[in-house]
Amino acid sequence: MSVAVRSIGAAIDRVEGREKVTGEAKYAYEHSPPGFVYATALQSTIAKGEVVGVDAEAALAVPGVLGVLWHEDAPRLHEVSDAELEILQSPRVAYRGQIVGAVIAERYEAARQAERLVRIEYSEHPHDVLLRADHPGFYEPEKVNPSYPGRTEEGDFDQAFATAEVTIDRTYETPAEHNNPMEPHASVAVWREDGITVYDSTQGASSVQDIVAKAFGLERERVRVLSAHVGGGFGSKGTPRPHVILAVMASQAVRRPVKLAVTRQQMFDFTGYRTPTIQRVRLGCDRQGRLSATAHAVYEQSSTIREFAEQTATPTRMMYSGENRRTSHHLTRLDVPTPSWMRAPGETPGMYALESAVDELAIAAGIDPVELRLRNEPEVDPETGHRWSSRSLVACLREGAERFGWIPRHGASRGPRNGHWLTGTGVASSVYPARRRPSEARARLEPDGGYVIEIAAADIGTGARTALTQIAADALEVSPGEVRVDLGDSGYPTAPLAGGSMGTASWGSAVVKACRELRATLARGDTPGLPVEAHVDTGAEVQGDEALARYAFGAQFVEVHVNADTGEVHVPRAVGVFAAGRIVNAKTARSQFIGGMTMGIGMALHEESLLDLRFGDYANHDLATYHVPSCADIEELEVAWIDEHDPHVNPIGAKGIGEIGIVGTAAAVANAVHHATGIRFRALPITPARVVGRVSR
Amino acid sequence: MSAPPPVHAEVTLTVNGLRHSLVLDTRTSLLDLLRERLDLTGSKKGCDHGQCGACTILIDGRRANACLALAVAHDGARIETVEGLAGEDGELHALQSAFIEHDAFQCGYCTPGQLCSAVAMLEEIQRGWPSAVTGEDPVAPTRAEIRERMSGNLCRCGAYVNIVEAIADVAEMP
Repeated sequence: MSVAVRSIGAAIDRVEGREKVTGEAKYAYEHSPPGFVYATALQSTIAKGEVVGVDAEAALAVPGVLGVLWHEDAPRLHEVSDAELEILQSPRVAYRGQIVGAVIAERYEAARQAERLVRIEYSEHPHDVLLRADHPGFYEPEKVNPSYPGRTEEGDFDQAFATAEVTIDRTYETPAEHNNPMEPHASVAVWREDGITVYDSTQGASSVQDIVAKAFGLERERVRVLSAHVGGGFGSKGTPRPHVILAVMASQAVRRPVKLAVTRQQMFDFTGYRTPTIQRVRLGCDRQGRLSATAHAVYEQSSTIREFAEQTATPTRMMYSGENRRTSHHLTRLDVPTPSWMRAPGETPGMYALESAVDELAIAAGIDPVELRLRNEPEVDPETGHRWSSRSLVACLREGAERFGWIPRHGASRGPRNGHWLTGTGVASSVYPARRRPSEARARLEPDGGYVIEIAAADIGTGARTALTQIAADALEVSPGEVRVDLGDSGYPTAPLAGGSMGTASWGSAVVKACRELRATLARGDTPGLPVEAHVDTGAEVQGDEALARYAFGAQFVEVHVNADTGEVHVPRAVGVFAAGRIVNAKTARSQFIGGMTMGIGMALHEESLLDLRFGDYANHDLATYHVPSCADIEELEVAWIDEHDPHVNPIGAKGIGEIGIVGTAAAVANAVHHATGIRFRALPITPARVVGRVSR
Repeated sequence: MSAPPPVHAEVTLTVNGLRHSLVLDTRTSLLDLLRERLDLTGSKKGCDHGQCGACTILIDGRRANACLALAVAHDGARIETVEGLAGEDGELHALQSAFIEHDAFQCGYCTPGQLCSAVAMLEEIQRGWPSAVTGEDPVAPTRAEIRERMSGNLCRCGAYVNIVEAIADVAEMP
């Protein structure tokens, strides 16, 4: 007899916790099909030109080497819509580090040895890799990721800005950043005459299935993608990367299963990154701090082979009130890898600029930065005029200020000094859209009385498996222990990828629907016996969603200590308060928020991919030189959330939480550094090298 | 140019209490030996350059990056990996339980390395080994010490706050 249990909201442990702490959880590369061999990727050493010849003789002479692939002998691909995946199909080299070949060998050591013996001859052309404000190639993309308009205009910005009582006009810069999930991308491909199986480190088994099937000219059903455990992604595993194609090609070439792991260094070349940005923000308000003029122009890059335009100015369209607004995106195409999604693409760099500018405006207007934000709270979405499904930014700012002990300040002020250490505090808002996509799911009652949910979703560390278990348990009115969620297999009902903070909303909607349908079937009592199952699709339900502005909001408060002698910046404590609808799991949700804030501190202080102009790629392509936050960099992080009841987002009432934690953090840190030092750093990251010498000792 | 043929050597290791004698390509790292030959895939490859700590194992009781250790250089060594932390009856090590309780991981890929590192790190503190943040007083397991000493193990999901609390819990810190 089942009882009505409320599982949603409980702080239950991660359901796969034991597997992860014992080392039993198997990630993609850890699958070793019988007879497998190894492949490694060969990369271009020029940034632009053509491969004119490959001498593989010495490589092929290495004992155990089975083959070398390049564009003249690689299998032909069928239909490929992402040019990044169209590898070994032509001699063209579009960026340094692009895949131009592969070595296949019985042993990994032999493959690595042979890799260095392959001689590739190029015809090299001069390259152009540096994003700069005066680059002649800028154009305005019609759409920005995924399908927002590139430019918006409301009212008369120029007139409003010219007549505003208080104005600021500032340019901010963010560097290229690399996602760097801890598990490097990897694929284990098994090619057979009748189909392909791939163990892949991916955020979306269904989309890899689709793309691999098209690329190799197979029906979708003949490709199976498995990804039970994925070691992080942050967007870089959101779409298939070229190594997946390479692994399948290699398996096809030698007719044996192939294991291929992308090295950490290679991850800086062909697994995506956040575009560098140059952002001009102009704000105008009256003496009471009410915004009348807002403009945000973004300059960013894409590759020569594919247009990816990050939606950096989009938060500026909806964040604050004000009648006159202009936002625009300007893209130039360089001889670089195609930028891609990295945790909250758009919002992360965009809100760094906007929230820094708001802080500058507050100081110019002599108004406390929390108060200035409160005074610009829009009643409806300024861009679309739609009602908010719910909007609790004000509550987040108030609750955050209370928890942090925010002391209101009016105009330029400086934090206290303690010996060599200058202290400061800063605030910024967070925002992220709450969307959902159609998904399928299956719910089944087994003969043993247990419930099984099947869905081609991914748990990349987000806690999806656990959250869906809770969602199913509530929908079935059973305890979470009676439910098992199976995901990470394209053989399960088709599901959208883990991205855009849409997983719980999209998959959860389908799981709720499947569970309700299963219960209805069971209640009718007309089934012959167990198992009984229900397979649903939320396509129609999602398409029928009312036109509303759906967003999660947050407020982050940060304290910094800046060493006047060394330029070091420490963050001894930060408080994040978020309003993201219903929180499904209090334990894993908190981890998501602190994880986002941690990455945001990295963005503020550490992370920067440095271009080597001569060779045309990133010089600091490893974890010793590309600094992500380490344990010693992160001290006290406090996270809280506002209870929101939002029936308009999905049947669970949950807004996504995977990305909002990183949004605004860097601005809060930079604003705090300004409070500590009186210096406004408008380029990230705020490294000791940038600080030292500028702070008065 | 012809490639020199690989050199092989016999290596004997005790891994989680089990003795293994293998003939290996002398270029094989301990990490690749564990993952590719012994099917002990708990130790992770995050960078293969000793920069991330995901492959941290215990070699003769001390923590080390398995990716930087050539197997042939550790003939006769006693190796412990994450697979050896739980008791034979399946009872989890106190740190494993604390990691679950405090949600000290998300994707789980750095977790085996964090756990092995934490086991050895607490012993290092017990032996009185100082770190960069140790002051004049005798070494004690403070949160500052944990943060400093666990900084060789990167976690991109950003679970540090929870990792520190899990370890502090096991170290019986208030």
